[in-house]
Amino acid sequence: MTALVNAIMNIIEIPMRFAQKRLGLRRIAWVFLLPNLVLFGIFAFLPVVLNVIYSLTGTDQVMLSDRTFVGVDNFTTLATCANHLDPNTCTQDLFWRAIYNSLWFVTLQVGFMVGLSLVTAIILNGKIRARGFFRSVFFFPVLLSPVVVALIWKWILQREGLLNAGMDAFGLTPFNWLLDRNWAFIWSIFLSIWAHMGFYTLILLAGLQAIPRDVYDAALMDAAAPFRMFRRITLPLLMPTMIVVLLLALIKGVQTFDEVYAFTGGGPGSATTFIIQYIYETGFAGTPRLFGLAAAASILLAVVLIGLTLIQLSVTRNKVDG
Amino acid sequence: MNKRISRWTGVALASVMALWTSAAMADDIRFMCAADGNECAVLQSLFDRYEKANPGTHVVTDVVGYKAILENLPVQLAGGTGPDMALVTDFGGLSKYFLDLTPYVDADYWNTNFGNTLRWSRTGPADKGIYGMNIQLTITGAYINKTLFEQAGITVPGEKATWDEWADAARKVAKATGVPFPMAMDRSGHRIAGPAISNGAKIFDDAGNPILVDAPFADFMGKFVEWNKDGTMAKDVWAGIGGTSYQDAAQEFINAQLVFYYSGSWQVQRLDKAIGDSFDWEVVGSPCGPGGCSGMPGGSGLVGFKQTKNPEAVAKLINYIAQKDNYAEFISKTRNVPAHEGVAKEDLTYSDTSPNVAKALKGWNAQIAKLSPIAYAYQGYKNNRTMFNITVQRVTQAIVGEMSINEAMEKAKQDVAAAIQSAGK
Repeated sequence: MTALVNAIMNIIEIPMRFAQKRLGLRRIAWVFLLPNLVLFGIFAFLPVVLNVIYSLTGTDQVMLSDRTFVGVDNFTTLATCANHLDPNTCTQDLFWRAIYNSLWFVTLQVGFMVGLSLVTAIILNGKIRARGFFRSVFFFPVLLSPVVVALIWKWILQREGLLNAGMDAFGLTPFNWLLDRNWAFIWSIFLSIWAHMGFYTLILLAGLQAIPRDVYDAALMDAAAPFRMFRRITLPLLMPTMIVVLLLALIKGVQTFDEVYAFTGGGPGSATTFIIQYIYETGFAGTPRLFGLAAAASILLAVVLIGLTLIQLSVTRNKVDG
Repeated sequence: MNKRISRWTGVALASVMALWTSAAMADDIRFMCAADGNECAVLQSLFDRYEKANPGTHVVTDVVGYKAILENLPVQLAGGTGPDMALVTDFGGLSKYFLDLTPYVDADYWNTNFGNTLRWSRTGPADKGIYGMNIQLTITGAYINKTLFEQAGITVPGEKATWDEWADAARKVAKATGVPFPMAMDRSGHRIAGPAISNGAKIFDDAGNPILVDAPFADFMGKFVEWNKDGTMAKDVWAGIGGTSYQDAAQEFINAQLVFYYSGSWQVQRLDKAIGDSFDWEVVGSPCGPGGCSGMPGGSGLVGFKQTKNPEAVAKLINYIAQKDNYAEFISKTRNVPAHEGVAKEDLTYSDTSPNVAKALKGWNAQIAKLSPIAYAYQGYKNNRTMFNITVQRVTQAIVGEMSINEAMEKAKQDVAAAIQSAGK
């Protein structure tokens, strides 16, 4: 076996030696990177370039050669509003509804989810009975497919669903939860928190377990109250992990699509239509297929996501350096 | 053992060679098919017969979901990777890709028998090409749960009854029988177009340009929104989903929770199978208004695509299905309304149909004469799907209270203008 490996290595060594001789030690690194760079170029960089080109072109044609150059018209169309606070006055009112829905969703979902994840992580970090079992229970929804999550909650919340059956059994008037704009939005947030909370709880739990035990012991010797210990020890030491969790949840929140789309289809009306759904429907599900407009909206979204990613990278780097 | 292996190896090699040879010689035709009923299977059986008579032709049928026909096929065709032929419903949107069969078929036969629907596949009034045929004619209209009417002791409104009269009767029946939904309509711009046209909507201006919204159109939409708000219409169907997604209410009708269901002729098989003898149901067609008692025509069509490498083989295959006997056999086995005028004129016998289905199909056949010319024009307009989607989107927003009906109609006008500009008139 060793002889075979050696033989293969000897064969590979010949062109490598030749390449190194020709290119020098520094440039040979690019030869090793080349396969990965080609794949990255084809599957990541090229689509980004194409997206930018599409955003500057019009008509419903797919092939670039059939499309006309329209400059920044698509961006202007997206931005044109008589009053930006009232989506009905915008040329692309659905885009602005999706923006506002996404902003509300991200604010509420991330806020509640990170808060609940923290509380859950602290509880699961304590000495409670069946701790392992509860950790699994909270993590279990993370393993489910988004479509499964959506269908489960749809069955529970629909007109003749489990919740209404329960309410009926207790003499309460059943309610069509998914036909009411506000309730559909609230349940979308709930569903999203239920599906993802376990992941963030796990990260925070790891952060909590990394805090040295002797800091708490010292505080206990000084007769510090539990809340004071939480405020003065747990929170500051957990803050770097919290920020990472917050940014990850923010990015994931902005990208929300699959589970809510399968849950409500973006409805009722456009009450739960978020920015990714707007892009998908504008570019692929609607007629005519406005690829340019969808590409322009996705570039705006990418700018937001790049901003959030840079903040995350900066925070993570500070944490490592600190 | 070795002998057995070598024998099997020989058989396998011979098979591969035979397959390779036949594949190299055959006119391979890739056919993409989606259907509500058994249409794909019946077409395949006709193709099999054609293949036996024409050994050089080999048809590969890809049965896909309807969504794939609506969303994937256009992208495939635009990218030049589409099938050779397909069963499509968006004639206008895909017309630029259709193969002109004229050089390969008897144009007189086609014009005589498919005259009313051939224009749906054409790119404009100047286009006289033959691009395929409707393998079925569908008509939108209503079904009622007759048993509920009998239980409530309420007379079924007559043939000339208006939408208001039907709404009134359906409400009374629902109230008397405790059924949750008096009326429901499929969530589709195509479905709601018929009632709007019956209400007097013109859809196009005098010059033939699409306008969609005029006073009668807005009037019916306003009525429809109010019916959704006051519980006359099942709100779940239109407001229960977002975007422009299609949603039907067949399950509510099958479960006897619905008095009046506005859908179309293609539901006959499904309703018959699912309802059985649980209750009596019947076709009542489209309620009337100042513009008539029109539903919308439609249906799927068998078309070839000009990017095929075997245009002649594709055209001959479609022409084979279009022949009167084959077409009649297809219609009989799939229990559809024929678009072939020669077949329609004859007293067609449907194979293995229940009395309910036979009565329903007869009912739908009677609706053909009531279809408005505007409905035919709208169905044949190449950007009609865009207008259908705009209708669904904006009317739903008005139903759920995101905007008033006036704002919704104003937005719909702007959407139509912008979409037509993007897609080309």
